[in-house]
Amino acid sequence: MTVKPIAGSRGDAATAAFPRPRVSPARGLGGLLEDERPLAYLLLAPTALILTLFIAYPFLRGVWLSVTSATVGDPGLYVGLKNFERTWNDTIFHRVAINTFVYTGVTTVFKLAFGMWLALLLNREFRAKRFARAIILLPFIIPTVLSTLAWQWMFDPTFSVINWCLWQLGLITQRINWLGDEYLALVSIMIVNVWRGVPFYAISLLAGLQTVNPELQEAAAIDGATAWQRFWKITWPLLLPVTMVVVLFSVIQTFADFQLVYVLTRGGPANATHLFATYAYQIGVGTGLIGQGAAISLALFPVLLIVVIFQLWYIRRTETV
Amino acid sequence: MTIENREDGASNSRQVDRRTFIKTTAVAAGVAGGIEGILAARQAPAHAQGVTINMVRWADFVPASDKLLREEVLPKAEKALKATIKLETINANDIQSKITAAIEGGGGPDIIMTQHNWQHLYEKGVVEVGDVAEKIAKSQGGFYKQSRDVATSGGRFIAVPWSVVGLMIAYRKSWLAEEGAMKFPTNWEEYRALGKKLKAKGRPIGQTMGHTFGDAPAFSYPYLWSWGGAEVDAKGKVVLNSKETLESVKFMTAFWKDAHDEGGLAWDDSNNNRAFLSGSICATLNGASIYIESLRSPDKYKTDKGEQMKTDILHSPLPRGPKGQFAYHVPFSHMVMKYGKNQKLAKDLLLWLGTKENFEPWFLSQKGFSVGATTDWEKHSVWKEDPIMLPYKDAARLGRAPGFAGPPNAKAAEVQTKYIITDMYAKAIQGMAADESVKWAGSELKKIYG
Repeated sequence: MTVKPIAGSRGDAATAAFPRPRVSPARGLGGLLEDERPLAYLLLAPTALILTLFIAYPFLRGVWLSVTSATVGDPGLYVGLKNFERTWNDTIFHRVAINTFVYTGVTTVFKLAFGMWLALLLNREFRAKRFARAIILLPFIIPTVLSTLAWQWMFDPTFSVINWCLWQLGLITQRINWLGDEYLALVSIMIVNVWRGVPFYAISLLAGLQTVNPELQEAAAIDGATAWQRFWKITWPLLLPVTMVVVLFSVIQTFADFQLVYVLTRGGPANATHLFATYAYQIGVGTGLIGQGAAISLALFPVLLIVVIFQLWYIRRTETV
Repeated sequence: MTIENREDGASNSRQVDRRTFIKTTAVAAGVAGGIEGILAARQAPAHAQGVTINMVRWADFVPASDKLLREEVLPKAEKALKATIKLETINANDIQSKITAAIEGGGGPDIIMTQHNWQHLYEKGVVEVGDVAEKIAKSQGGFYKQSRDVATSGGRFIAVPWSVVGLMIAYRKSWLAEEGAMKFPTNWEEYRALGKKLKAKGRPIGQTMGHTFGDAPAFSYPYLWSWGGAEVDAKGKVVLNSKETLESVKFMTAFWKDAHDEGGLAWDDSNNNRAFLSGSICATLNGASIYIESLRSPDKYKTDKGEQMKTDILHSPLPRGPKGQFAYHVPFSHMVMKYGKNQKLAKDLLLWLGTKENFEPWFLSQKGFSVGATTDWEKHSVWKEDPIMLPYKDAARLGRAPGFAGPPNAKAAEVQTKYIITDMYAKAIQGMAADESVKWAGSELKKIYG
């Protein structure tokens, strides 16, 4: 196909066939908005401003504080990596790092397992399905501090309702020291985290499950695939991208968990339940050693960066395969 | 009093013209300034007109005192100072966070209450208040040494001492008597032997070793001192890792297992109150809040024999150790914040609150839970009313401050805020070898003291 030049034009065939819209330079703001590039910058500006104010600035400020000797009311002096060196040699920090990794790792596995199980159950047809879907969100909806206070009562060293029930059932003869034993205290905060986190997994995975074409399941069932085979060979691979995103968000949130530990144990007994966030808070905000607190909180950053890069890379890879 | 500078020169009947205003404030300033000036002038000083002062204090363990402050004392202060005073009460464990946020944010409450020697951590964010503190001390027999020590840095008052919460062991008279103890044990060995018998009957001793502000350090510090242990020597050299400290940790580990409620590792400052009042423990180190609560609701708290719990409570100091008998009674002070725009008024309020006639209603509402920071309050007739409270009367005289044998400075405050001394015992109780826990605590102190 050839295109004839428009009569009277001086350009080549292509430009003559698709003439550019003429923009009058005198049209001011209206004209500016018709040009895609400035419009794009303009539309991005509010987001960029918010990100700069609430993400970039605090982050850079945190980085700066971590290399200073700042304490409350004193901006301090530049001290290089001294705070990081101190943190690295801090025995409490070692304990905190182990706690955080164990806490995040164990709770993520349980949240994923229970969340997937719940999502598969909720994906079935049954009476009061909508009500059940709404009710399982409760732990996620209730403000963390409130629900954790309720858990604090349940784990109370003297009046624990869990202990009372177990004792009534004849399963224990002595009180279980939920929050007073260094290992049980960590287990206790993990139980609460799993309880609170499962609904997020369940609802997100349920949304993913509903995008899986039921015909695939039906065809596999006709071919004689068992329920486990259908899950492992069909549901799981199709759900993997959603799962990775859910796990990504959950790991970031769990790694930086604060409220739950602060309310239940304040990091005790003897630092047995401190996580990065609570320890950074105790040092930076409680004790007022702001530079040191910033260095502790920045210890989170490389770990989370690696987790984010790996998971985003994995998601992109699965999308392109 | 309101002042307007209207262009037409008119003013309403209650308003003060410029000349009167200048005369009034000149009298106030000329006589002495501060509260004397206010009283002499019978008018609020110029700075107070229509100004709001925000004050943060802990949520008192004697709630009646907060109610009294809100409903009676502070409204009177508002009238006297012609200012609006807003009081916010928060959990004591959250006060330090509030202070840091306020100082770093450059705004917040004008006056913040502190406990222990915390003010040393915030020295650069507060104003010097010696003028107020010295006037209170001079008129009321002087501050207790502990109160003065924690509130001063290099001789400068960085906070105005307010009160001291005495810490004594509250115990069940009848339960101890059943074991043949007609009076409270005088030393740790006796206390352990008695506690062992009581724990065997399901009546253990209750003591927090958790991360909490009051009862934990008020036990762990004097316990350490009673064995001859100390954080530093008089020159500030760390001496915690010593034979005496090690002995104290070894004893504590066995003492805990033999005689204590093991849930105490997770307790905060209120758990022992609940445990005691429910009849779960035989004794606990505490302010007088347990007894005061049992007085407040006598029919709510009963003994196992159906008698009112208040009739079965007595108080005793901590037992004696190999190197003496010590106590740490928690001092409370108020800081005037440097970022505040009304520092003078904030100081005037603290001076107003600290005068005998204005402090007395609050002191009485405490029923002995707190004593004043000055020694004159020992002479008050209130101590004749209830012999059960008598051990608290002059308790503050026996108190030592954290950081002993050095000053209770910012380093001592850092050690205390990080719970290192308490955690030294908690770690050993949890199973760490005694020498390891002492070594750990010693190394943590060296990082702080250098």
